[in-house]
Amino acid sequence: MKKHHNTRSSWIFLLGLLFVLVTSCERELSEDTVEYATFSDNPEVFIDGFSAGLEYLPFNGSKLDAFSVDTEEKYLGSASMRFDVPNFGDASGAFAGAIFPDNGGRDLSGYDALTFWAKATKAATINEIGFGNDFGENKFLVTKQNLRISTGWEKYVIPIPDPSKLLVEKGLFWYSEGPEDGDGYTFWIDELKFEKLGTVAQPQPAIFNGEDITAPAFLGVQGNIPRAGLTQTFNLASGVNQTVNAAPSYFSFTSSDPDVVQVSELGVLTPVGTGTTTISATLAGVRALGSATLEVSGPFSFAPVPPARDPNDVISIFSDAYQDVPVDFYNGFFGGQTTVGGLARITEDEAVLIYDDLNFVAVGFSNPTVNATQMTHVHVDIRIEEDIDPGDEIRVELIDFGPNGVFDGVGTDDSGGSVTFSSGALEQGAWISLDIPLTDFSNPTGGGFPGLTSTANLAQFVFASNGISTLQADNIYFYR
Amino acid sequence: MKGKKQGKISRRLAPFGGLILAAAFLAVLGCSDDDTQRVVNFTQLTMQDEFDTDGAPDSSIWSYDIGTGQNGWGNSELQYYTDRTENVTVNNGYLIITANKENFEGAAYTSARLLTKDKFEQKYGRFEARIRLPYGQGIWPAFWMLGANSDTAIWPQCGEIDIMENRGQQPTLITGSIHGPGYSAGESISKEYDLVNDRFDTGFHIFGIEWGPDYINFYVDDVLYNQITPEDAPGEWVFDQPFYILMNVAVGGNFVGPPNSETKFPQSMLVDYVRVYKNNFVN
Repeated sequence: MKKHHNTRSSWIFLLGLLFVLVTSCERELSEDTVEYATFSDNPEVFIDGFSAGLEYLPFNGSKLDAFSVDTEEKYLGSASMRFDVPNFGDASGAFAGAIFPDNGGRDLSGYDALTFWAKATKAATINEIGFGNDFGENKFLVTKQNLRISTGWEKYVIPIPDPSKLLVEKGLFWYSEGPEDGDGYTFWIDELKFEKLGTVAQPQPAIFNGEDITAPAFLGVQGNIPRAGLTQTFNLASGVNQTVNAAPSYFSFTSSDPDVVQVSELGVLTPVGTGTTTISATLAGVRALGSATLEVSGPFSFAPVPPARDPNDVISIFSDAYQDVPVDFYNGFFGGQTTVGGLARITEDEAVLIYDDLNFVAVGFSNPTVNATQMTHVHVDIRIEEDIDPGDEIRVELIDFGPNGVFDGVGTDDSGGSVTFSSGALEQGAWISLDIPLTDFSNPTGGGFPGLTSTANLAQFVFASNGISTLQADNIYFYR
Repeated sequence: MKGKKQGKISRRLAPFGGLILAAAFLAVLGCSDDDTQRVVNFTQLTMQDEFDTDGAPDSSIWSYDIGTGQNGWGNSELQYYTDRTENVTVNNGYLIITANKENFEGAAYTSARLLTKDKFEQKYGRFEARIRLPYGQGIWPAFWMLGANSDTAIWPQCGEIDIMENRGQQPTLITGSIHGPGYSAGESISKEYDLVNDRFDTGFHIFGIEWGPDYINFYVDDVLYNQITPEDAPGEWVFDQPFYILMNVAVGGNFVGPPNSETKFPQSMLVDYVRVYKNNFVN
């Protein structure tokens, strides 16, 4: 498995909130244990009508009457479920979406899949469809994303990631679908039920999208295992590998060193000590592909907070202190570039830029370009954790796209220049603030521009380095 | 391979009654003729390999086809067959034939093909094996037989009996076929068996034939799903001579198509036993 550095993990949530949540889960489970025997194991959701206990609850903002019972069009029996997806701009709702819960709860542990027959007025892709959504905890939410359906009746299988978990499941079915290229359409679902197919096999669970990632973590800053990367894949009787998104509670997470980071059953990561640990998981006893190696160096050290300024005196590209202009990208991924990383959200309110394997990287802001002719300086805070060797340097570049506002290259209306900070100006393990007069950008850039001749159409801010691999940056702004 | 449906017989043998051998024996003994169809059950063993000794398979029974044959063993198969432990070994009571994805002697995959040619060959009788299949697009496991005169009688004249073939992308289906002059390859006489509510790669199943002078019965577990007789063959019936057994896991080839990015390697076929019984009526 290719090793990826990933610095996009989001690190949010307060300790207290988490603990309340976890405790309440445990209490609920023990209550349920006593009542297992009383829950219905009725597999039927909608055959020719609502099964006993089934309710219809549309999502907020959806077309409330998108769902109806159709007695004309059906696969079998006397009726089917009809879903009318609205056109773009439909006043009655922007999309079709609903949950179909049985709030009495059902024991679905004897089944291995939700199955149904479906057809549509045109070939379409249903954005999300699955079960486990009860407008509550959604503890065992399962989502098949982008389900392709066609104009003829076909059977679809949404496997249960681990049936043994579904002892009291309320969310029997849910879907969410918007217009296709702006156009609404209609699809039908029939014979919607849970089944024990016996052919749902060869599980291949995955976390972190099956990748082995490395990410920094910090004491006092909690994170989450990204839900989008939690999947279960089964091979079906058709030979097709069917992948669904599975809620964290299907997984059993492990931290190789719980003295560094602890991981809860909901995938909340709590750093508790410095060091390195690897987060892995199993699902129904099967080792999940993918892991995260978390390096906890200590508390997160934020850059100095910039001083309050008159909005007329500052044009901010990236800071939590000022209003930022629109940014196209924090890592442009150009040819020859090795740099990975970019925006890293540390808390809900604070983000920094973290780059790994740095050779050069651009922050782009050309829509629109920035006119900094009234500004005198550019500011950036940087932090380097690794050893700084005597020959190491950081080069900062500004690129101006010229009056036409687009990149044309060297020898056109574009210009660019650089300022270099040698090792003597850098410091290991501390934020340093660089306040650079715009007139200093007179040296050549790595891309061949001989020097910055205009600040009227600035479009890129570039870091480059010959020896520094990992760089944190914050508070990029022009000011006067 | 064309799935010519025979559909003549579909009747149940008495259940084997679980996995215990003794019980299976008794149950099979209890099966006999019925009014419409002669179904014989031969019980006198002539060869058995229970794969109880770890290491290389018993060399008094098994030899190997090595390499890529002609044009991928005539089917554009992609694997290089070896007799290395990585591809064939006996471990913990099972013969394990493993297809690996690795560059080897110019091929992109390796696997193994065992055969009893010149070591065990028999005319008529009951041939069965208890097997758990591999799975995935492009994986082609097989338990089959060729006429013992295959060196001199050019295929399909020598005859071929496919007791079990499976496409890894169809984990609930196996195919039983015969090939002979005028009815080979895509024109073979063939029938699929669908394991309803189960699949062949998650548990062991028994694949067998019962073979006499004028019929070959195909069964899976306790289900007899096809009978082929000389009347079904549009050409010469070439199944009145000794045959030898082959077992292999091919990768790619005409029958299955190539593996794709979702095909997991390694893929192993586990064989619990191979047993052959005498046809008491004629031998």
